[in-house]
Amino acid sequence: MKLFGTIFLAAVLMAAGFAAAAEIPRNERRSGYTFMAPDTQTIQDDDTANPGMLWVLDGESLWKRKAGAAGKSCSDCHSDANTSMKGVAARYPAFDKTLGRPINLEQRINLCRARHQEASPIAYESRDLLALTAFVAQQSRGMAITPDTTAELQPFVAKGRDFFMKRQGQLNLGCTNCHDDNWDKHLAGSAVTQALPTGYPIYRLEWQSMGSLQRRLRNCITGIRAQNYDYGSPELVELELYLMSRAAGMPIETPGVRP
Amino acid sequence: MASALINVPKKAKRGDVIEIKTLMSHIMETGYRHTAAGQVVPRDIITSFTCRYNGEEIFRADLFPAIAANPFITFFTIATESGKFDFEWIGDNGFSEKASATISVE
Repeated sequence: MKLFGTIFLAAVLMAAGFAAAAEIPRNERRSGYTFMAPDTQTIQDDDTANPGMLWVLDGESLWKRKAGAAGKSCSDCHSDANTSMKGVAARYPAFDKTLGRPINLEQRINLCRARHQEASPIAYESRDLLALTAFVAQQSRGMAITPDTTAELQPFVAKGRDFFMKRQGQLNLGCTNCHDDNWDKHLAGSAVTQALPTGYPIYRLEWQSMGSLQRRLRNCITGIRAQNYDYGSPELVELELYLMSRAAGMPIETPGVRP
Repeated sequence: MASALINVPKKAKRGDVIEIKTLMSHIMETGYRHTAAGQVVPRDIITSFTCRYNGEEIFRADLFPAIAANPFITFFTIATESGKFDFEWIGDNGFSEKASATISVE
């Protein structure tokens, strides 16, 4: 029986190996930071040169601003973000019991606005939402990414992984074809990197602005000429979940700078 | 919500060469881009940056459309006396921002 089980497992592994490439071994994982030129690394390292800090500062003032019909600010419930928000970004996306599905940090901020501040949601990718997200995520800087291990969440992580492995679009590429198989190569002069989202929201020099992880994902999906997904769609949140599980144990760098 | 990030050493010895770093939040829209409908996006840039050290102008820069968003300007000066650096950014559409930093010189 045990022998049969072993053979069966080997067969499953072989089938999986044939269908999709292997994930990057834990000890070979590298943050996107390590692919950058030293000049760009210097920008991220110096808080007075890192343009992402402008959004963090904006987020800090938004944190204290009262909003919505309830007339409450974030700090009225959560008080000092330095302590209350420490480690939060390291475990998001997280499972929301009421909705019965995973939500990312941006969605949590908007849920908080709806449920507790009775305020209208802030538009995805707007300056205010990026600022609040960056401010909250920055409180976890240096902490190891520790994905939420809730059992209800695991099917969604698996769906995110399927998305990552699936070939799609006119170019018929899966995320894994670049980010697992060819991360050590270049694409049009740019490093491919390993799809480990350690610094989001990031200040991307190409954007000349801050951007969320979903903005980056949508860029990639456009790149493979596949049908894109809306900001906040379940597919993108599941992909975020899987990417964070890939990056488990790596330190948060928010606000990251990328070329 | 414009904001500035300033990095000036808090202390310096008299005669030291010190580096001053400034970062200003601004979109720096060039005026050369078009919308999908073909309309020109109007220019909106910072045009001038000045730094005064105890009232005396020590650095000035004119900025143009080719400069990236959130301009990061750094320069060096000699620490002569304790006092205050005043920074001012002026730009299109009445943009005007000020910031300051103090230094103690021994």
